[in-house]
Amino acid sequence: MERDDIVEYSLDGHHSEEAGVKIRKKIWFVTALLTAITAVEVALGMMIKQGSEAWPIVKWGFIVLTMVKAGYIVLVFMHLGDERKSLKSVILIPYFIFIAYLIFILLWEGTAIGEVLSTYGS
Amino acid sequence: MAGHASKQIDSKTLWGGKTSPFSTSYGKLMMWFFLVSDALTFSGFLIFYGANRHSYGGSWPIGEETFNSLPFLGHGYPLIYVALMTFILIVSSVTMVLAVEAGHRMDKRGVVKWMIATIIGGFFFLGSQAWEWSHFIHGSDFGKVELNDGSLAIVKGHFGEIEHFTVTKAGDHHHVGDKITEDLAHTYKHAVSEGHLNNNVITLHDGSEATVEKHENEHLKLLVKEDGGTHKKGDVIEGNEAAVIYEGIVNSGDADRVIYGANLEENEYGPNQYAQFFFFITGFHGFHVFTGVLINILILMGAIRGVYHKRGHYEMVEKTGLYWHFVDLVWVFVFTFFYLV
Repeated sequence: MERDDIVEYSLDGHHSEEAGVKIRKKIWFVTALLTAITAVEVALGMMIKQGSEAWPIVKWGFIVLTMVKAGYIVLVFMHLGDERKSLKSVILIPYFIFIAYLIFILLWEGTAIGEVLSTYGS
Repeated sequence: MAGHASKQIDSKTLWGGKTSPFSTSYGKLMMWFFLVSDALTFSGFLIFYGANRHSYGGSWPIGEETFNSLPFLGHGYPLIYVALMTFILIVSSVTMVLAVEAGHRMDKRGVVKWMIATIIGGFFFLGSQAWEWSHFIHGSDFGKVELNDGSLAIVKGHFGEIEHFTVTKAGDHHHVGDKITEDLAHTYKHAVSEGHLNNNVITLHDGSEATVEKHENEHLKLLVKEDGGTHKKGDVIEGNEAAVIYEGIVNSGDADRVIYGANLEENEYGPNQYAQFFFFITGFHGFHVFTGVLINILILMGAIRGVYHKRGHYEMVEKTGLYWHFVDLVWVFVFTFFYLV
């Protein structure tokens, strides 16, 4: 039986040949970018040793570059950038609130445990 | 791609029932929700890894010291191998997104071609990871040593090749004068960690004793990782002193002063938790890659049989694509927090 109350969203993804050319161009651009970022990360990791003066900057640089990579993967490869704003919010906001909290609480706790162990011995 | 999701619809219609306020199909939405929960799991692992690392106040292993080998080429290539693994996974993610794009044009041949490429990339990654694990478990030629003052150091340098063992005292299997030429490195490392090497005389499993004919180790360097009586964390012992200390420990005949490789109880790289986290986090990720490859194969078979073409859309490819990209996404974070930082 045909049902008229179901909207077939699966067909929304279809696009034309011309649009496909543009999309593929974007895909290859993102590929080059992700590869370049990874190469830069490895080069920096080889040149700058942990514990050196420049290390904290490099470390935070790595974390920022990771977020850039993650952003491109999620928004372009996973097409989240093309979805409705409500869907983006539903996925990203609860996740980031919880993860920011967890990072804060666990790293704080880890440091505190480390201090206790170094003061009183393990 | 864009389609309905970017169409302007006033929120009253959108949220008024009958249509999905997200303008996506049920399956895709559920895949996203599953991925959010899986992302929480992985974040939990990585953050707990961070908490442990913070509690060690700086004596945690350094990625470029631990992972510096390439197959067939030996040591001295920090992080190149994992960078290669990252690149393989990124490329297989790209071929996946190309398969999804082909699906949006109802291009069956394109979907099949790019799905096959994705699956090959997945197998390449799994193979790389198998090598990585094997290398991690077997460890370096030198191991981690406990110095006389109780400090712990990892060792870098060039390992002198072992030529053979010459039996000097007969045991159950070997006779005096026998030359043993097989499985030398493994036997040697095992004897060292058990304390069965004493002044260059090795005691074998069958009770026989043999002298070790071995080239000298060169360019030895001891990197102190945990404080002892005289040596402090961060000290580097080089040159003749390093050779004297290291050979002394290896030939001491004391058990448990040298640890090679890694298992769930101890490892040569750092605190016990380090190897446990390595096995658990990269293992859990590898399991995701493995299931991803299996799902990709199923979808490839569906595409070849024309199931999705008959259905009128290739959304199944898009949904597995989401999972596959997620696996890549997780690896980006594992790469940063396990290897780089």
